[in-house]
Amino acid sequence: MTEYEEPPDVHWVDEHAGPVVRPYAVTRGRARPVTGKFDLVSQVSTARTVASQDVGLGPEHLAIIALCRRRLSVAEVAAHLDLPLGAVRVLLGDLLERQLVRVVEPRPTPVLTDDSIFEQVINGLRTL
Amino acid sequence: MDYEPSDSADRTGASGELMPTAVKILIAGGFGVGKTTLVGAVSETRPLRTEEVLTEEGVSVDDLSGIETKTTTTVAMDFGRISITDDLVLYLFGTPGQDRFWFVWDELALGALGAVVLADTRRLADCFPSVDYFEKHGTPFIVAVNCFEGARQYQLDEVTQALSLDPGVPVMLCDARRRESGKEVLIAVLEHAMRTHRRVSATTAG
Ligand SMILES: Nc1nc2c(ncn2[C@@H]2O[C@H](COP(=O)(O)OP(=O)(O)OP(=O)(O)O)[C@@H](O)[C@H]2O)c(=O)[nH]1
Ligand SMILES: [Mg+2]
Repeated sequence: MTEYEEPPDVHWVDEHAGPVVRPYAVTRGRARPVTGKFDLVSQVSTARTVASQDVGLGPEHLAIIALCRRRLSVAEVAAHLDLPLGAVRVLLGDLLERQLVRVVEPRPTPVLTDDSIFEQVINGLRTL
Repeated sequence: MDYEPSDSADRTGASGELMPTAVKILIAGGFGVGKTTLVGAVSETRPLRTEEVLTEEGVSVDDLSGIETKTTTTVAMDFGRISITDDLVLYLFGTPGQDRFWFVWDELALGALGAVVLADTRRLADCFPSVDYFEKHGTPFIVAVNCFEGARQYQLDEVTQALSLDPGVPVMLCDARRRESGKEVLIAVLEHAMRTHRRVSATTAG
C-alpha cells in the first residue's frame, strides 16, 4: 500500500523573495529614481541639512543624509542601509531632486591620452 | 563608454572642493574560489555586500519544473574599498557567481579599469565563463591562481594553455588570504590594463 506522498517542495516564489516587499514599501512602489543615474561608484555627499520645507522624507531618506556627511559610493550606501541598490537609487533620486545631496558620477574610463590614473592607483597601492 | 559627460569634468565642484575619483576592479571566478577572501584581504573595511533585486523581466525563468513562476530573486555583490588618497578611491567588486546574472556583470564591468579572474587549479574550467566574458567585452584581465593546499601545482604556462588564453594575458600565483599577495594581484592587473590602454591609444592616435 502506498501512502500519500507529499509532493516535492514547490517554490512558487523564489525563496529569496522575502525582502522584496520591503524595498518597494520604502520607495512607495517606485522602481525608478525621479532623477539621476547613480552608478555603483558614484560618490554621494550630503549637500545641506534638512529644513522644514523638506516634506515627504522617510526615515531611509534621513538615514542617507546622515550617512553621507562622509562621502560614500552608491554601493556603500546600499550596503550600510541594507537595502537593495534599486531602492537606494530611488531614494537618492528624491534627495538629488531636493538638492539635499550632491552626486558625482565616475569619470569615464581614462581618455585615450591620459593613463595617469593607472599610475596613481599603482603607486598608491605600493605605498599602502 | 556610455557615460554622459560628468559634471566633474574639471574636477572642481561648485564649492571649489576637489571632486573625488572612483575607479573599480572586478574580482571574478568560479564558485568558492576565494573572491570574497581576496576582497576582504585587501579592503580597508571588511567586505560589504549590496543586493540587486531582480524580477522576471531581467532573468530567464529557471525552467526545471515547467512551472511558470514570476522569478524574483536577489543577487548579492561583495565589494571592498581602498582609499588611495582623499580624492581617489579604488573599489573592488566580486562578481556574482551564477551565469544567469550576466546583466549584473554588465553594470559592474562598465567603466572598470580591469578584472582579476581567480582560478583554482582543481577546477580550472570554472573560470571559463569569466574569461569568455572579459575577452568578449574587451575588459583587460589577468588570471590569478589561488594556491589552495593539496592542489597540484601547475606551471603557469599550463594554465595559459588550459584556458586558451591569449599569450599576452598575465597569469600569476596568489594567496587570496594574504594582503600583500592581494596587492600584488591588483598591481599586476593595473599594469596590464595600463599597457593595454597605451597600446590602444598608440594605434588609435596613429
Ligand atoms: N587554503 C586556502 N583556502 C582559501 C584560500 N582562499 C580562500 N580560501 C577558503 O576557501 C573558501 C571559499 O572562499 P571565498 O572567498 O568565500 O570564495 P568565493 O569565491 O567568494 O565564493 P562564492 O562567493 O561562494 O563563489 C573559504 O573557506 C576560504 O577561507 C586560499 O588561498 N587558500
Ligand atoms: Mg563570495
